Amino acid sequence: MKALPGTFDSRAAVALADPSLQKALKNFKPLFVAKRASAVAELEGFEQLRETAAAIKDAVLSELDTWLERYAAKVESLGGHVHFASDAAEAREIIREICRKANAKTICKGKSMVSEEIGLNEVLEDDGYKVVETDLGEYIIQLAKEPPSHIIAPAIHKTREQVADLFEQNHPGRPREETVAGLVNEARHALRERFFQSDVGITGGNFLIAETGTSVIVTNEGNGDLTQTLSRVHVVTSGIERVIPTLDDLSVFLRLLARSATGQDTECYTTLSSGPKRPGDPDGPEEYHVVLVDNGRSKMLAGRFSQMLRCIRCGACMNHCPVYGAVGGHAYGWVYPGPMGSILTPLFNGLAENYDLPNACTLNGRCQSVCPVKIPLTDLIRTMRNEQVKAGLMPASQRRMMSAWGWVARQPGLYRAFEKLGSKMLRLRAGRSGSIASLPGAGAWTRVRDLPAPSGPTFIDQWKSRGGQS
Amino acid sequence: MSREAVLHNIRRAISERGVRGRFELPQRPAAPTYGEGRVDRFTERLVAHACTWEAIDSLEQLPERVMAWLESKGLAPRMAVAPPLMALPWPDVVERHSDRAGITEAVAVSLAFGGIAESGSLAMYSGPQSPITHNYAPEFHLVAVFAEDISDNQEGIWEKVRATGAMPRALNLIAGPSRTGDVEQTIQLGAHGPRQVHVLLVRAKASTS
Repeated sequence: MKALPGTFDSRAAVALADPSLQKALKNFKPLFVAKRASAVAELEGFEQLRETAAAIKDAVLSELDTWLERYAAKVESLGGHVHFASDAAEAREIIREICRKANAKTICKGKSMVSEEIGLNEVLEDDGYKVVETDLGEYIIQLAKEPPSHIIAPAIHKTREQVADLFEQNHPGRPREETVAGLVNEARHALRERFFQSDVGITGGNFLIAETGTSVIVTNEGNGDLTQTLSRVHVVTSGIERVIPTLDDLSVFLRLLARSATGQDTECYTTLSSGPKRPGDPDGPEEYHVVLVDNGRSKMLAGRFSQMLRCIRCGACMNHCPVYGAVGGHAYGWVYPGPMGSILTPLFNGLAENYDLPNACTLNGRCQSVCPVKIPLTDLIRTMRNEQVKAGLMPASQRRMMSAWGWVARQPGLYRAFEKLGSKMLRLRAGRSGSIASLPGAGAWTRVRDLPAPSGPTFIDQWKSRGGQS
Repeated sequence: MSREAVLHNIRRAISERGVRGRFELPQRPAAPTYGEGRVDRFTERLVAHACTWEAIDSLEQLPERVMAWLESKGLAPRMAVAPPLMALPWPDVVERHSDRAGITEAVAVSLAFGGIAESGSLAMYSGPQSPITHNYAPEFHLVAVFAEDISDNQEGIWEKVRATGAMPRALNLIAGPSRTGDVEQTIQLGAHGPRQVHVLLVRAKASTS
């Protein structure tokens, strides 16, 4: 998809002033965090699984070419086709060609972040195909003509009333449904015929198994499974980093994925697909294609951000991020929101164009502490800031401020004098209450909260008074 | 060729970082096991995932139990039945077929390849004996599974699959009825797949199996 207009700042301001979004975010946040915590607590050895998963990913990435070749050879031995795409345009072309050859009319889609990344829907719709998102969340945002705001729950920003409005507009002849059960049932009826009409079914691939030439999807709705089972042609879209060696490695990741993503011990459906329909099979697709998308990943593999390729797209980082919790996914401007997006989006779409993203982070580290594959997200965000500075992207005002601070910090006497003076002035301004309701130059901070004033002597003064050495 | 170009870029990246061969695949932690409590764990997880279940002594009892279940739900005796179960003693009133499931299919009766105690999942092995559409298209899915086919964990199922000599075209692990939380994070059953999953746990292997 194309990046949304504006900057993180401007989009966040819109998000903070949107009462429906704020209501939706308020509901979502505690739920995901609590469910994950209890699912993790119920499984002994979760930490060891995280270590193992990270180590499997690092080992595979260090010989990614070999694993991909093994995987591709196995898929081809089963009668499947494997396509490699260097970039988004090439991936789109490969899929358009598959749809043309299949003489397709209806294309059903399971949830696939890679297909969002490569902007697939737009080109297929322009070609005249009926493209139907079948994950309920994706279906809702397709009707709303909006991008996903969460990688697991794409319509998390929509309230029940907004979904009811959308369905009422798009399902003529049906009475308006108001309840969750009624809305889910309405979507079931609307999509059922589509599944059975589908010529090409496009799904993601959570994991690709080299041992067996298998693509794996996990869903709760069964939509991806119906999509790939009922379509004449099944197309799997996946990043090149998704390959793992064996079925036993898959078990390590499956134990982590559902718990981290939705706080379940397992998703409802885990479907392993290996090639097209075989002789005697009563059902299944006649053709099976896998499109492996590079789109900047091999470049990532070479650089300082290679650990980002461990990501299994569970969404735990954004579920635990206070910034995401305040502004939602659209503020991040592209397919991948939250902490993972703050790293991926600048890497995919440019450091300069996405200057705000790694800087819209408090470095509190919650994301890193819950990442199932132990991606050092805050370290990478810091590294990203470093790259931006090296590339001369820091705005001049910030650069001047940092230089001034840097100079003062190198003159200990002067630094301490400023520190004492600042501390005293803040205490004076606060008065007896101990907190400051408004402060010139820090209006953005004090508009929504009070600034606590320093409570007493500076750290250095305390250090000295306790006999510390300076 | 893009394949060559992509692989070339990967090789260049690996060599630039000098990581080839530097990381070994780790030892995986042992998967959970349940000893004598395996079947109890399986049924406990079935219930946790909103399945219902009952035990039967042999497959011969299956038609009678399926009929009773359908009657309790007020459902007509029309169903898609897995080929290995077609020859069971079904009453004459039952309309049954073993083709792929269609858009109006209400009920399917399947035989699982195995079960997983760890997660309460049913493992369905696709092929002529087990149409995959039966798992997803109907509103009500009744699944027979032999107690002795229940493994402690997924790894047990992988072992069984390897023992067959080939990976099936599709291997479906199913943990409960279809569900969604996409409207206000409220879990609602029956999103696109079956609204209810009823498991018939077969205590002993029967001659018809």
